[in-house]
Amino acid sequence: MTGDYASGGLVFKESLLWEKGKKGRMAFSMPLSDVPVAEALPPAMAGDGPDFPDLSELEVVRHYTRLSQWNYGVDSGMYPLGSCTMKYNPKIHEKLAALPGFATAHPLLPESLSQGALGLMFELQEMLKAITGLDAASLQPAAGAHGELCGMMLFDACFKARGEKRTKIIIPDTAHGTNPASAALCGMKPLSLRSGPDGILHAEDVAALMDENTAGIMITNPNTLGLFETNFAAIAAIVHEKGGLVYCDGANMNAVMGYVDMKRMGVDVVHFNLHKTFSTPHGGGGPGAGPVCVTRELEPFLPVPRVVKKDEEFALETDFPGSIGRLHAFYGNFGVLLKAWAYIRTLGDDLKRVSELAVLNANYIRESLKDEYNLAYEGICMHECVFSDKGLKALGVTTLDVAKRLIDLGFHPPTVYFPLVVSGSLMVEPTETESVEELNRFIEAMKRIRKEAESEPETLLQSPSRTVVGRLDETGAARNPCLCGGM
Amino acid sequence: MKEIKDLVVPDNLSYTDAHEWMDKEAVPSRMGITDYAQDQLGDVVFVELPEPGTRLEKGEVCATVESVKAVSEIYMPVSGTVSAVNTELEDRPELVNSSPYGDGWILEITADDPAALLSLMDHGAYLDMLKGL
Amino acid sequence: MRYLPHTEEDVAAMLERIGVSSLEDLFAGIPESCRSLRPMDLPRPLSEWDLTARMESMAATMSGGASHSVFLGAGSYSHYIPALIPQLLGRSEFTTAYTPYQPEVSQGTLQAIFEYQTLTARLLGMDVANASMYDGASALAEALLMAIRLGKGRKKVALSSAIHPHYRQVVATYFAPTEFEIIELPYDPETGVTDSNALADMGDLAAIALQSPNFFGCIEDLQRAADLAHGEKALLVACFSEPLAFGLIKNPGIQGADIVCGEGQSLGIPQSFGGPGLGMFACRMAHVRNLPGRVVGQTKDIHGKRGFVLTLSTREQHIRREKATSNICSNQGLCATASAMYMACLGGTGLRKLAALNRDKAAYLKTGLEAAGFTPLFKSPVFNEFCLKAPEGFSKIRKRLMEKGMVAGLGLGDFYPELEGAFLFCATETASAASMDRLADAIREAI
Repeated sequence: MTGDYASGGLVFKESLLWEKGKKGRMAFSMPLSDVPVAEALPPAMAGDGPDFPDLSELEVVRHYTRLSQWNYGVDSGMYPLGSCTMKYNPKIHEKLAALPGFATAHPLLPESLSQGALGLMFELQEMLKAITGLDAASLQPAAGAHGELCGMMLFDACFKARGEKRTKIIIPDTAHGTNPASAALCGMKPLSLRSGPDGILHAEDVAALMDENTAGIMITNPNTLGLFETNFAAIAAIVHEKGGLVYCDGANMNAVMGYVDMKRMGVDVVHFNLHKTFSTPHGGGGPGAGPVCVTRELEPFLPVPRVVKKDEEFALETDFPGSIGRLHAFYGNFGVLLKAWAYIRTLGDDLKRVSELAVLNANYIRESLKDEYNLAYEGICMHECVFSDKGLKALGVTTLDVAKRLIDLGFHPPTVYFPLVVSGSLMVEPTETESVEELNRFIEAMKRIRKEAESEPETLLQSPSRTVVGRLDETGAARNPCLCGGM
Repeated sequence: MKEIKDLVVPDNLSYTDAHEWMDKEAVPSRMGITDYAQDQLGDVVFVELPEPGTRLEKGEVCATVESVKAVSEIYMPVSGTVSAVNTELEDRPELVNSSPYGDGWILEITADDPAALLSLMDHGAYLDMLKGL
Repeated sequence: MRYLPHTEEDVAAMLERIGVSSLEDLFAGIPESCRSLRPMDLPRPLSEWDLTARMESMAATMSGGASHSVFLGAGSYSHYIPALIPQLLGRSEFTTAYTPYQPEVSQGTLQAIFEYQTLTARLLGMDVANASMYDGASALAEALLMAIRLGKGRKKVALSSAIHPHYRQVVATYFAPTEFEIIELPYDPETGVTDSNALADMGDLAAIALQSPNFFGCIEDLQRAADLAHGEKALLVACFSEPLAFGLIKNPGIQGADIVCGEGQSLGIPQSFGGPGLGMFACRMAHVRNLPGRVVGQTKDIHGKRGFVLTLSTREQHIRREKATSNICSNQGLCATASAMYMACLGGTGLRKLAALNRDKAAYLKTGLEAAGFTPLFKSPVFNEFCLKAPEGFSKIRKRLMEKGMVAGLGLGDFYPELEGAFLFCATETASAASMDRLADAIREAI
C-alpha cells in the first residue's frame, strides 16, 4: 500500500431528520412533573410549537452515527489543510471540559463560587503573555476573526483617546479575508499592500502607504505563504513613527513559539487561534477562541470584564473607563479556553519543540515534492509550504483535481486557491503531530497524482469516486438556493 | 478559460478597461460585460441590479455579477441615469455567460453627455488591451 | 511527548533530506530584531494524570452539580442534556473536522448543519437560518448591522432596555467605532415589557430590536412592534436568550419579525461558564444576500444524488473581503450540531411538553417565593423566568443561602439601578419541587 489509504467499505444511506420518525415518538426522557400545571397563557401569546419530526432514541443515534461516517477528521487521517493547523486534538481535553464543575457552571455565579474557572482563565492569560512577550491579555474573543475585530476596536479606542481619527489601514495582499472585513467593521478602509517577488513585505512599500491618517497595519506572521516576514521590525518602526499601531494576525503562531518575541518585533496587538496553535478541536466549523495580547499602552482599552487576581483571589473587574466594552455575552468560549490551558500545561516549554517539528514537517514535504510540483517560493519555509499550478495547467488538470484525487487516496486535501497571490495555490500544512511514515505516504500519494496527471488525467477529473457523494453542483446550489429543507 | 482568438468582441460596440461593453448607437445605451469578463468569472449565479432611475457618476458601482467563488463589480462607463435593468437576469443569471452581448445585457444608461461615449475604446483597441494582459 | 511522534533518528534523517544540520537552522531566517531573548518560562509540563488531578481540583471549587440549586437564568440556563448528545457529538469525525471546504468528505457536517438550519428556521418561524454566530449577543449586534445595510442610509436603531443588558453592551461595543446611533426604548415599569408608546414616531430608524421573553422573563407583543416598525419602513429584529420558550409561545416569525437572533445554549449545550454557546440567526429569504455567516445549501452531485455544500459564499469575508456582510469565519458549528441533536431528541411533541413543564416550574417557584414574602414586580406573563421584589433583609439572607448551596436569583440593581431590591429568578425542568420548597422555606424562616 503506497500513497493510497482508502478502500471501499460499507457506507450507509441516511435520510434527512424530517424524512424519518413518526408523530408521537420521543428520544428525550421527559421528567415527570412534580408541580401543578400553571395557568394557561393568554391565547394571543400561545403558539403551536414548531413542526419538528418526532424520533425514537435509536433513530437519532443511527442518524448521527451514519452522518459522522460521511465525515473526515484528524482522527481519520492526515489533514494537511494549510493555514488551518489540523493537528491532533488530545482526547483528555474532552474529558476535562466535561467535568461537572465546569460544564454546569453558570456564568453569573458569584466570584466566590467560580474560583476554579476564574483561576484557570487568569493562568491562561499569564501563559499567553509569556508566549508572546506582551503585557496583557483578554480571552473574550470567540474566534480568530473576533480577535481581529477586538484588535481593530482597540486601535479605534486608542486613537479616540489620543484625539485622533484614522480612517485607513494597511493590509497585505496575502492576508486572510477576515483582516479587511474586521477593519471595515470599524470604519477603516483597507489599503492593499503588495508582497514582494520574494513573498514577503518590504519596508519601503509600507513607508509609501503609511501616513497620519492611517491607523497602522495588520500583518500575519509567519504569513499565509508560510514565510517569515523578516522585515517586520523595520515595518513596525515605520508605522510607529507615523503614530500608527501594529496588529499581528497570530493565525500561524504555531510555527514560532519560543522563537519570537512579539513585543521586540513591534507588535501592539496579536490574536491567537486556540484551535490552531493550542489544538482545541475545530468541530467542523467551530467553536474556536481568539484571545488577544496587547502592549501596556493598549491595556486600558481591553474588553471588560477582565479576570484579575486580588490578594490570592480571582475576580472579574469591570471598572476600566477606557475599555472598548463587552465583546461577548459572558467571558468568551470558556470550554475552549480550558482545552488550550490543558494543552499548554501538558507541553510547557516543549511548545518550542512543537513549532520546530511543525516547521520540520513542512520543509520535509516541500523538499520531497519540489520536483513534482512547482514551489511558489524557493527556500526554507515555516509551518506550511505553497505550490502553484504551474506545470499542471498544460496537462489540462487543475489544483482542484489534484485535491479531489487526494481524497480517493485517503487524505484530506490541502488548502486550495488561497493565498490569492499564487496561481492555483496548493497550501500544505502537515503539522507536528504527523509521523515521518505518514508524511511519506502523503508524499507518495502526491507523486502518484502527478504521474496520473500525465498518464491518465481522466482519473483526476473524475475523482473523488470513493466518497459518499461525487463532485457537487455548487453553481446550481448558488443559483437556486435551497437553504431550508422540507418546506 | 478561452484563448484570445476564441473570444467574441463585436465590432459595433464600445468597451471599457473594466471589460464592459456599451452600445453607443442606441439611446439609451445598453451595457453588459464582455465575453472575456464572463469567461474569467465562470458560471454566473447572481446579478445584483440597481433601481431604474438611479443617477450615477462614471466609475461608480452600478451592479455586481457573482459566480460561486468571485464577485465582480460593474462600474458606470459614463455618468448618467440607469433607465432600465435586465430583470430577466434575476431568474436566469446564466444568460450573462451564454449571451453576454445579447440576452445577457445588464442595464441601459441614458448618458448625461452622449459625447462621453466617444471616449470609450473601440473593438480594436479593446482587443489590443486583451492581448496585452 | 506523546503528541509528537518524531524520534531523534527521524529528526536527523529529515534534516538531512532538507539539507540543514539542526532544527534551529530552520529558523535561521528569523532576524535578531524579532527573536525571543529568553525561554517562555511556562509552568513545568504535566502528565495526563497530574493534569487531570489539577483540573479536577479546580473544577471542585465551582458550585455545579447536585450539591447546589442555582435559580439563575439571565442568558444561561440549566437544562437536562440527553446522554446521547455528548456521546454522538464527541464522535471524532464531527469534532476533529474543519469547516467543510471539501464537501465530498464533509457530508456529515454539512447535512447536520443543513438540518440545524431547517429546525432553527422552523423553531423561529423564519425562512432561512445561517450555520451559527458566536453567541446571542454578537448575533444581535450583527443583526442590527444587517438591518442598517438593508436600511439604505438609515443610521439609527432602537433597542429595548428590556433586552439582556450584556447583549446591549455588546451592541454598543460593535457600534462604537461606527457612525451608527443607538436609541434606548424604556420598559413599562408596570408590565415589564417595552413601552409601546415609545415605539411610535421614532422616525428614520433602520430597525427596532426587542427580546422575547425579555430579560425580565416577560413575553413581549412582537406583532405590535412589527406593525409599528413596518409602518416606519424599519425592520423588527427579535432576539431571545431562551429558545425553549418557542415550544409554547408564538414564534417571532409568525408575529412579523424580519430578523430573529439569539442564544441557543438552552438546546443541549452545557452552560460552561458562559461559552461556547450558540448564536442563532434567521431571516427572510428576501434578505438572504445580506445574511452574515456561513450557510449550507442542498444540491446534487454529478450522479444526481442529493448532497450539501457551503453556498452563497460571495457574501463572506474570504471572497468579498472588506465588503463582506460580516468578518465571521469560524462559528459555533459543533454547538449548532448539538442543538440540532437536541431538537431531534425532543421532536415537536417533546418540545411542547418540556416548554410547558418549564413554565409550570417557574410558576411554582414564583408562588412559593410570594408566599415567603416576595411581591410581584411586573404584570406580564412569563415563561421560565420572572422578577420579584424582595422582602426587607433578603440580601443578607441570600448570602447565607449561598453558603448552603442555594443561589437565589440575580440582583437586578446592578443592571437597573431603579430596580435595586428586585431579583430575577429562573426555574427549569431541572428544579425539583423539593428544591424550590427548600429555598422558599429557608427564606421564610430567615425572615
